[in-house]
Amino acid sequence: MMENSLPISHRQRLWLYALGGLVMLFLIAPSVIIVIMSFSGSSLLQFPPQEWSLRWYQSYFGSVEWRDATIVSVKVAVMTAIVATPLGTAAAYAINAGTLRLTGLINALLTASLIIPVILIGIGTFFLYARIGLNNTLTGLVIAHTVQALPLVVLTVLSGLRSYDMNQEKVARSLGAGRFSAFFQVTMPQIRFSIVSGALFAFITSFDEVVVSLFVSGGETTTLTRRMFNALRDQIDPTIAAISTCLIVLSIVLLSAAQLFGRGR
Amino acid sequence: MSIGSAIPGNAGRVNADALDADARGESFGLLALLSPGLFLVFAVIIVPIGWLFWLSLFDEAGQLSASNYARFFEQASYIKTFVTTFKVAFTVTGASVLLGYPLAYMLSQLPRRAASICLIFVILPFWTSVLVRTYAWLVILQRKGLINSWLIDLGVIGQPLPLANNFTGVVIGMTHIMLPFLVLPLYASMKTIDTDCLRAGMNLGASPAATFRQIFFPLSLPGLASGVVIVFVLCLGFFVTPALMGGGKVIMWAMRMEQTTSLYSNWGAGAALGVVLLAVTLALLGLFQWLLGARATGVWSQR
Repeated sequence: MMENSLPISHRQRLWLYALGGLVMLFLIAPSVIIVIMSFSGSSLLQFPPQEWSLRWYQSYFGSVEWRDATIVSVKVAVMTAIVATPLGTAAAYAINAGTLRLTGLINALLTASLIIPVILIGIGTFFLYARIGLNNTLTGLVIAHTVQALPLVVLTVLSGLRSYDMNQEKVARSLGAGRFSAFFQVTMPQIRFSIVSGALFAFITSFDEVVVSLFVSGGETTTLTRRMFNALRDQIDPTIAAISTCLIVLSIVLLSAAQLFGRGR
Repeated sequence: MSIGSAIPGNAGRVNADALDADARGESFGLLALLSPGLFLVFAVIIVPIGWLFWLSLFDEAGQLSASNYARFFEQASYIKTFVTTFKVAFTVTGASVLLGYPLAYMLSQLPRRAASICLIFVILPFWTSVLVRTYAWLVILQRKGLINSWLIDLGVIGQPLPLANNFTGVVIGMTHIMLPFLVLPLYASMKTIDTDCLRAGMNLGASPAATFRQIFFPLSLPGLASGVVIVFVLCLGFFVTPALMGGGKVIMWAMRMEQTTSLYSNWGAGAALGVVLLAVTLALLGLFQWLLGARATGVWSQR
């Protein structure tokens, strides 16, 4: 397709660019404002800040509670990525083979956590965990977050598999490679970028998850998002601006990594 | 089977059996690959929801009854919650269409490079924590927040405007969170619209406005519909933003569920709320899939 192939000049489109630009500003401005305010020296909400300091970062890293919550979140997110990635990759492989009946049902089940209201999953998980003693445990959090992250891994790896020619694996197997060595030596190296992207999405999904964590985490396993949520219910503490900035930077880093890996294909 | 039947006699039978066994083994292998994921989904989503559904059928005395559902029609506070929820969902969906359509249209018309740069403005918020964005809007909109202090400093207003901790705050915060869910599928579908159709229209003398109205807009409707449905459905069950920005005055469906179960420990009532919410969600998505034959989860599979 030719670019700008319609006989309409950019000048005639100025109003559209202006409108789109304003919406883009609406989308990005809150994050930018928070990043700038996190360096403010005052506890008043002023924008732009009159004086600059790192006091809110000191208050974040200096607080045992915030640090513990961050460590819990990192642990859970890493374990979620470690569990969800192989499970999601295996499921995507099976779906991609496309020979199973009930593919529609399987897809619906695997992507259910994207569609079912997360509050219902939160309450249900809490209710289930109360019976089997998994509330306020790292294991419980990892299981709950794995279910949330699974669809993203499946969809990401599936899109990688769709652009891969499965005949290559068949060739390897007809030449005597076993099922597993054919996958690990032929297929996986070629879809590894999708798998890594899927793992990064699983990590960020777990790290940013709020609602289920509100129900099933607490005490020593309070996640960062749960602590932030409770802090926001009480008052607006500028320390949260510093934490938010760290979360925004984390999102940018992980997204860029996922994009880079996506390019590498 | 077709290979087996091509070989006459007993040998064909043996081959066919071997092939069947092979296909069965293959299917079992694939099922084995799926089973851990499916098991987790089943254990953590399906079982608890089924359990909650079962709970919702009993009243507080443990008798089988429909009282958990009947109260939705009898108690004014529940009716108010539903009205608020749908009001917020309609307003947020409407605002997302008004803001999202021009943005998606612009993205679809820009050259590839420029579009992928502008797309960052949609994707970055999409992957930024909902909490972070809600906090940002609290900072911007609250009584002593940025907008109010700017407007007061400029002398535009004397008293701070009530922008947060009310309906307005919830709608602004939620629109910001829902916008990418509308823009991404809409943009993807707009990109597939054949430019030749538009050029043909213009060659035949249609003005740019008429080309847009009569060709582009109708072709973009399926993408718009899929964005609208996903945004509306997500709004119905949304928790974080109304809980933090509603100031306790805007009680939406999900908050009601949290209050009923956590605060009042009334699991039957909370479960009934959840069951109805799930039924409405699935009904809307089912209707959408039936009308348009598209999957609503498409928004997550493209970046």
